[in-house]
Amino acid sequence: MLLEGKGLSYRYGRNGAWLLRGREIAVSRGEVVGLQGPSGSGKTTLARILAGYLQPHEGTVTLDGRSVRTARGYHPVQMVFQHPEQAVNPRWRMRRTIQEGWQPDWLTLQSLGIEEKWLDRVPAELSGGELQRCCIARALGPETKYLIADEMTAMLDAVTQVQIWHAMLELARERNIGMLIISHDPGLLKRICHRIEPM
Amino acid sequence: MTRVSFDASARVHTQSAAYTTDYKRHSLMILLSAAVLLLVMLIAGWLTDPAAMTVQLENRNLQPSLQHLFGTDWLGRDMFARTMKGLLLSIQTGLTGAVCSAMIAAVLGISAALLGRQADRFISWLMDLFLSVPHLVALILTAFVCGGGMKGIVIGIALTHWPALARLIRAEAMQLMTAQYVLVSRRLGRSLFWIAGRHLLPHLLPQLVVGGLLLFPHAILHEAAITFIGLGLPPHQPAVGIILSESMRYLSSGMWWLAVLPGAALLVAVRIFDVLGSHTQRLLDPQQYERL
Repeated sequence: MLLEGKGLSYRYGRNGAWLLRGREIAVSRGEVVGLQGPSGSGKTTLARILAGYLQPHEGTVTLDGRSVRTARGYHPVQMVFQHPEQAVNPRWRMRRTIQEGWQPDWLTLQSLGIEEKWLDRVPAELSGGELQRCCIARALGPETKYLIADEMTAMLDAVTQVQIWHAMLELARERNIGMLIISHDPGLLKRICHRIEPM
Repeated sequence: MTRVSFDASARVHTQSAAYTTDYKRHSLMILLSAAVLLLVMLIAGWLTDPAAMTVQLENRNLQPSLQHLFGTDWLGRDMFARTMKGLLLSIQTGLTGAVCSAMIAAVLGISAALLGRQADRFISWLMDLFLSVPHLVALILTAFVCGGGMKGIVIGIALTHWPALARLIRAEAMQLMTAQYVLVSRRLGRSLFWIAGRHLLPHLLPQLVVGGLLLFPHAILHEAAITFIGLGLPPHQPAVGIILSESMRYLSSGMWWLAVLPGAALLVAVRIFDVLGSHTQRLLDPQQYERL
């Protein structure tokens, strides 16, 4: 299984400058790929196209040679965002949020360091790191084949970063999930990625 | 000099902080007293003895007194009893109309945001269409087509009052549809219908409640207007509109209480609903405090 973007082009606005032009990218199952580049170079845009949040103006995104359905059903490419507090419904308790896509087993939650008492709280009562762990748990359904992490730990302290990445890479290896990791931090990418793509 | 300005700004700051909580309590007090007043009116309408509204020719044309608070009419019927019964009837009509209207607004507003550009275009066109027709004209036409009576008025009110609220709901729902957690929900395989029920509706509910409450005064006044010109409720029911239109003929003979007191009661009822709506809005919308 291969997640492949071929000839992807995208621009914002009808006459804006092309942000992406004929971009090629490929990630295979179980592979951890880093995407590195300066601000405004289109890393997030590329990630959103691959995860089906945006439609490219040119080019195709294929999974195992077939185009990915974008509108219906569980999307095999899931994304974890930079700001977890925007990615959860502020009125829902975490138990409900985590179970929105699948029923996570307790082992998965535990390995991500999620504590049971968090589950009955609303997002305002959790810290950014705690929320981000819940977002990761939500995205790790059994049908998730690829996970795109967009500056996932940029706002966390070093210790929490290590914990989250450690748990996440372990889970990804177990489930043979392919990962695309976007970061500003070359040290982080060098440490955890099999290869690094420049933007 | 600097000392003085610092003190002044500090005082302003504490004042505004105190004002916020005062304001909340103030709103809640007003809300509660309005609700109590409304309840008293409803119970009064509920409990009035139907015997007071029967014809008693020996008590004709009495001025307001303790015996007859609003006086009696040319047939000796007690006007207070008739007014209270009439208000109860008006409030029932208004409630049905406002609830139906808010429901139409919710369904159309959410559909416009949910179902894509074509649906949005069609629904926006529909809103503009209904907004461009004057309420009273549309009401008269629907009431006329339905052949008068309660049904015509409720249908008329429901059909004419939804567009303003639907616009509000549509704008809010559109914003919610671009929220990250709604987009994530789509990728997690949740259907549009599911998202509308779980993500959108709970967020929009306070707006719908406030919008519905604020529709109420319009609904009541329009009901009275339609009944006044004779297209609404049948004459044997003591609706406020009927009371007012009947009393027109007796005004010139100096029987002012027939029109003034029921009219004032109608205004009070309408004002109560207006107050209920706007203060509920203030309590439900926390940003409003910060703007104050």
